[in-house]
Amino acid sequence: MPLLSVNNIEVIYDDVILVLKGLSLSVEEGQIVAVLGANGAGKTTTLKAISGLLKTEEGEVTDGTIEFDGEKINHLDPELIVRRGIFQVMEGRRVFEDLTAKENLVAAAHTQRCSRGELEKRIEQVYHYFPRLKERENGLAGYLSGGEQQMLVIGRGMMAKPRLMMLDEPSLGLSPLLVGEIFEIIVKLNKDLGTTILLVEQNARMALNIADHGYIMENGKIVLDDTTEKLKNNEDVKRFYLGMTDMGTKRSYRDVKHYKRRKRWLT
Amino acid sequence: MHELLQLIVTGLVIGSVYALVAMGFALIYKSTSIINFAQGEFVLVGGYICWWLYTMLGIPIVWAFLLTMVIAVGMGMLLERLVLRPMIGEPIISVIMITIALATVLKSLVTILWGTQIKVFTPAIFSQKAIHFGTVLVSEVYLWTFGFAFLFLGVFAAFFKFTRVGISMRAVANDQQVAQSMGISVKRVFAISWSIGALVSAVGGLLVGNINGINITLSDFGLKVFPAVILGGLDSIGGAIIGGLTIGILENIMGSYLDVYLGGGVKEIAPFIVLIIILMVKPYGLFGIKEIERV
Ligand SMILES: Nc1ncnc2c1ncn2[C@@H]1O[C@H](COP(=O)(O)OP(=O)(O)O)[C@@H](O)[C@H]1O
Ligand SMILES: [Mg+2]
Repeated sequence: MPLLSVNNIEVIYDDVILVLKGLSLSVEEGQIVAVLGANGAGKTTTLKAISGLLKTEEGEVTDGTIEFDGEKINHLDPELIVRRGIFQVMEGRRVFEDLTAKENLVAAAHTQRCSRGELEKRIEQVYHYFPRLKERENGLAGYLSGGEQQMLVIGRGMMAKPRLMMLDEPSLGLSPLLVGEIFEIIVKLNKDLGTTILLVEQNARMALNIADHGYIMENGKIVLDDTTEKLKNNEDVKRFYLGMTDMGTKRSYRDVKHYKRRKRWLT
Repeated sequence: MHELLQLIVTGLVIGSVYALVAMGFALIYKSTSIINFAQGEFVLVGGYICWWLYTMLGIPIVWAFLLTMVIAVGMGMLLERLVLRPMIGEPIISVIMITIALATVLKSLVTILWGTQIKVFTPAIFSQKAIHFGTVLVSEVYLWTFGFAFLFLGVFAAFFKFTRVGISMRAVANDQQVAQSMGISVKRVFAISWSIGALVSAVGGLLVGNINGINITLSDFGLKVFPAVILGGLDSIGGAIIGGLTIGILENIMGSYLDVYLGGGVKEIAPFIVLIIILMVKPYGLFGIKEIERV
C-alpha cells in the first residue's frame, strides 16, 4: 500500500475555476517522487490539496479522494494533516521575516509535544545539515540570503519530523551551485532520516536525477509517469523538459520550433 | 527644573499604564488585524470588577486581583468566540462597527450594574504617602502602579520572546498561511490574543482605578491608547509601549505648562493633538510597518 495516494481528484477555485481535472498519483514510503510541469500546470494546487491548505484559500477538492497511510484525509484541516505527518514546504521561501532563524525553527515544531531538550536537539540536527543556519540563528530571517531562506524553510520541515515532506520548487531563483547543495541535502534527508519526499520542480534535470519516480503534469492532469530512469530516456521528456534536441545536444533558440511540435502523449 | 522632573516622573507612571493597555491593543491588531475600539471599555470593566470584588464582596485584594484577571481572560475568550470569530472574512468596516457596538454594550452594562457614581477602593489598598527621591515626590500608590505595569509588560515581553506559544503567536502575525502549514491553529492564537488584550486592559483599569477612583469616564482613559499606538506604529508592540510612556509624559508636561494660557483641559486633549501631528508627519508611526525587503 502506498504511503500517499491521490485518486482522481478535481479541484475548483472560487467555485468556478477548474484547476485539477482528475489527477492521480501515489508515493511509496521511503521514495523520492518528482512532479514536473510548466508554470500554471497545477503543481502547487496539488500539494495544497494534499496538505489541506487549499481550505485557507478559495479552493476545494470537489471529487476524488486523498489517502495517507490508508486513511482518507481530504476533509481534514491543515492542522490535523500536519499532525498526521505531512509537511508542505511552501513555494517562494516564505520564512517568518520578523522572527529570527531559530524562532522560525521553534515555530515549526508547534505540533510536536516535545521537551525543551528534545527541541534543542532537533534544532541542532537542522544545523548539522545546514551549518550556515547556525551562524545566522539569531538574525532576523527576513535578512537571510535566498539560499539561506530556502535552507531555513526545509529546516522548518525537519522540525516537524514528517513522514512525508512536500517541497514546492526549492530550486526557484537560486544559483546552480546552491541548487546542487540543497538537492544533496534533500537526498540525505531521504536516505539518513527515511523521510519520504514529494518534490515539485520546474528544474526537471535536477529533480529526475534524485527522484525514484516522476510524474509529468500538464493542464491539471498527469500526462506521463514512470521511473526516472525511463523518463530520462523518453524522447518527449528529453525534448520538452530536459531541453535536448534529437541529437542529445542542448537546445538553442534556433530549435524553438520544437516547442510547437505536438507532444506525443497528448495525441 | 525640578518641577519638570516631577512632571516627567508622574507622567511616566500614568504612561506605564497607557503602555500596558496599548500593548494589548497592538497585540490584537497585530495578530487579528482588528482595530479594537472597545479596548477602553475593557479597562473600565476590569476596574469595576476588581472594585466590586474587593469593596463590595470584601474579597482580599490579592484574590480580587487574581479573580479579576481570570474574569478578564474569560471575557476576552468569550467575546472572540461569540462576537469576533464569526466576523472573520467580513468587510473591515463591519468588524470596526462590531467593536464600536461592543464598546457601547459594555459601557451600558457597567452603568446598569453599578451606576454612574464614582467608586473608590475602600479600604485604600496603597497609601498616598509621599516618598522622596531627591527633590522628586512620588506617592506610594504611584510606585506600586508603575511597578505592576512594568511587571506585566516584562512578563508579556518575555512570553512573546521565549515561550513556544508566544513565538507561534508572532508567527501567525507574520504569515497566517505559513503558520497554518506548520499546524499552528490561527483560531487559538486569535483567542489568546483577545484574552491577553482584555487581561492587560483590566489590570490597567484596576491600577488607575486605585489611584483616582472609578467611574464611567475610565473608558476615556482607554481612548488615550490611540495616540499611543499611532505614535508607536499600530503593528508594533514595542512601539506601543514606548508610545504609551511618551503620551503619559507629554500630556502631563503640556497640561501643566499650557493650562495657564489656555484655561485648563489641555491635559485631556494634548494626546490627541499629538496624534494629529504624528498622522501628518509620520503616518506609520515611529516603529510601524518596516517591511523587510526580500533578497
Ligand atoms: N487561489 C487561487 N485562486 C484562483 N485560481 C488559482 C489560485 N491558485 C492557483 N490558481 C490557478 O490555478 C492554476 C494552477 O496554479 P498552480 O497550482 O499554482 O500551478 P503551478 O504550481 O503548477 O505553477 C493557475 O492557472 C492559477 O492561476
Ligand atoms: Mg507553483
